[in-house]
Amino acid sequence: MSGIRTLSFDAVIVGGGGAGMRAALQLSQSGYKTAVISKVFPTRSHTVSAQGGITCAIASDDPNDDWRWHMYDTVKGSDYIGDQDAIEYMCSEGPQTVFELEHMGLPFSRTESGRIYQRPFGGQSKDFGKGGQAARTCAAADRTGHALLHTLYQGNVKNKTVFFNEWYATDIVRNQDGVVVGCIAICIETGETVYIQSKATVFATGGAGRIFASTTNALICTGDGVGMALRAGYPVQDIEMWQFHPTGIYGAGTLVTEGCRGEGGYLVNKDGERFMERYAPNAKDLAGRDVVARSMVMEILEGRGVGPNGDHVLLKLDHLGEKVLNAKLPGILELSRTFAHVDPVKEPIPVVPTCHYMMGGIPTNVNGQAITQDANGNDKIIEGLFAVGEVACVSVHGANRLGGNSLLDLVVFGRAAGKHIEGMLKQGVEQRAASKEDIDQALTRLNRLNSTTSGESVAVLRTELQTIMQNYFGVFRRGDYMRQGIEKLKELRGRIANINLEDKSNAFNTARIEALELENLFEVAEATAIAAETRTESRGAHARDDFQERDDENWLCHSLYFPASKSVAKRAVNFTPKTVPTFEPKVRTY
Amino acid sequence: MLVSLYRYNPETDEKPSMRDYELELPEGKDLMVLDVLELLKRQDPSIAYRRSCREGVCGSDGMNMNGTNGLACITPVSSAAKNGKLVLRPLPGLPVIRDLVVDMSVFYQQFEKIEPFLINNTPAPAIERLQSPEEREKLDGLYECILCACCSTNCPSFWWNPEKFVGPAGLLQAYRFLADSRDTATDARLADLEDPFSVFRCRGIMNCVAVCPKGLNPTRAIGHIRSMLLQRAS
Repeated sequence: MSGIRTLSFDAVIVGGGGAGMRAALQLSQSGYKTAVISKVFPTRSHTVSAQGGITCAIASDDPNDDWRWHMYDTVKGSDYIGDQDAIEYMCSEGPQTVFELEHMGLPFSRTESGRIYQRPFGGQSKDFGKGGQAARTCAAADRTGHALLHTLYQGNVKNKTVFFNEWYATDIVRNQDGVVVGCIAICIETGETVYIQSKATVFATGGAGRIFASTTNALICTGDGVGMALRAGYPVQDIEMWQFHPTGIYGAGTLVTEGCRGEGGYLVNKDGERFMERYAPNAKDLAGRDVVARSMVMEILEGRGVGPNGDHVLLKLDHLGEKVLNAKLPGILELSRTFAHVDPVKEPIPVVPTCHYMMGGIPTNVNGQAITQDANGNDKIIEGLFAVGEVACVSVHGANRLGGNSLLDLVVFGRAAGKHIEGMLKQGVEQRAASKEDIDQALTRLNRLNSTTSGESVAVLRTELQTIMQNYFGVFRRGDYMRQGIEKLKELRGRIANINLEDKSNAFNTARIEALELENLFEVAEATAIAAETRTESRGAHARDDFQERDDENWLCHSLYFPASKSVAKRAVNFTPKTVPTFEPKVRTY
Repeated sequence: MLVSLYRYNPETDEKPSMRDYELELPEGKDLMVLDVLELLKRQDPSIAYRRSCREGVCGSDGMNMNGTNGLACITPVSSAAKNGKLVLRPLPGLPVIRDLVVDMSVFYQQFEKIEPFLINNTPAPAIERLQSPEEREKLDGLYECILCACCSTNCPSFWWNPEKFVGPAGLLQAYRFLADSRDTATDARLADLEDPFSVFRCRGIMNCVAVCPKGLNPTRAIGHIRSMLLQRAS
């Protein structure tokens, strides 16, 4: 059917969150014809929900702070499968990137000396773990993501970036030479489908927390970039690594920032005991998120959970006093009153570990260039395709992300990819052509959906998918359970391939978008399941009852899931930072 | 529960109509209005509305619930429904694209008109620009706006002059930059607002304050802008 319109750009960025808008800003500042395609108006992207802050050694709280200490924490936090060259880049470029955001207008909270306010977060230390707790997370009250996202949108308005708001990218267009030459996108308002042709296609599509029934993620976090990459046959890396945030509001799943514990809040069980003292004697409630989440589940499993079903614990904040809570955590007061019906000034918040973040994603180098492997297992750059932010796995988070490192990842690598593309365009890159067949190929999925006449409904299939993932691939995992889960997914694949789109109208047809999103969720879920079953060890967020120890001999490496064969290969972790000595793997305790 | 929903699909409907839905609500749980919409959409996938964060920070699901603008995701059904009936309509005063989805172009244009970005033409320091906690405190109650449009679409002055009156949301943002100690474009910003419409069409009705889901006060910000304009003129 490919009589569709073609729109042509130097660079197209898919996703209008923090990473996408930082990349777009870089390119529109230097005058390149750049488009951002976003399925929601950019300030409605999930970055807006980030609360606690952006971790970075700007040396405000501690004038002697050092990005190398931040790097040490991040490597340790990743359980040693974060790439050290990428972590080095993020931590050393971080301060400049944060100062740029401040210059752009980001309304950070301030210290008495007028500098940016920094709070303690989990897994932070001074002097390579020897100097005690650090306070390294730069904050705008507990609305840092909102402040950051709006500031970046404002910067893009100033630089006249072209936005395609409420447009939805469906699939990658690749030409006969295997070069990515753009994507297919639907204008949600009119239903028009176009081919967006581009010399560089940057995926900044965010995470996919909606594969789980209980998640802190927005309804829009459906793994669109991962889905498109997998359908194009590209691999994803460490996709079994999902972070469960310790403090999602019980029942609602909405996030309560780690900053609560940074400001002095702590978790208690039904006996009122501050149980983290037993699990992490030094860092206590500010241990790594994987450690805290597992400790909470242990408390619940051992009968010390709170409530009639004993299925959650409590986060105590009232001892901090109303004044501190109003100044430092106003958004948390609001959310707790709305969703938990408790007032944290007087009573604790019921919380439970909740799916929060996808550490894995499309493997990239520090320039955001997407990577696959050749037949000999060597890295090979996918020409024309980039990925930044949560959809990417560069990898700075490895098996467990530290709080506050996500916002930093977004802006550092959004900027890095923007700069790399800038350099590439400056040298003069030819637009590689796509044939009619290439475009038709990319339209296959959409055309099939548009011609369905029977099948099951999106909502029913989505609920089933989320239930399978929640039950078989949660905080604790076990081989035989996971194999059952994989069988269930196999059966579900056939049914999802047969979704019925009853409403085929064009104008703002959200049923069509939700059907396309469900297919992406499924791709992410299946990759997660198979990679999780394959990694026979416990590391970071991946905790197995049947393989309780970390296995450095076999698994001190990335997993690389290939969709065509549904098999998992291994990829080496980078242990060679450029300016500092390697951080050697150690036993990880807090 | 009876839900009366504004339905309009430009491809099939000549004009909009209200359609009633009967819905069983789960016992013992006070759902948010967005939860109700999600349940309805399971029955009838053709219902269109915007939603994203479902926790009141992204501003997608502004709509009119039993006559009052607000965010569906943080409005409990118990507080919105009257006499067991929930009536959902799109935000008033903007063209409807489909069902509860309105065309927000004019709202965004007014936002862009006030140059919603920090202007500071002095060379940037090697670190951040310093700002005292007191200076920073002046931005509280301003920067938290989520652009949901509940306020501007509740404002009679905006209904009358959506092209010329900036409206409460845009003016709140205008003052957010006027109040920022780091911004150096105060005079130019005020000059752009001096005409009879941009600011002065505000009649102090305070409909904006009544509905802001974030508890912000655009009328007060507009008052500050008026004072600055008057001071500048004298």
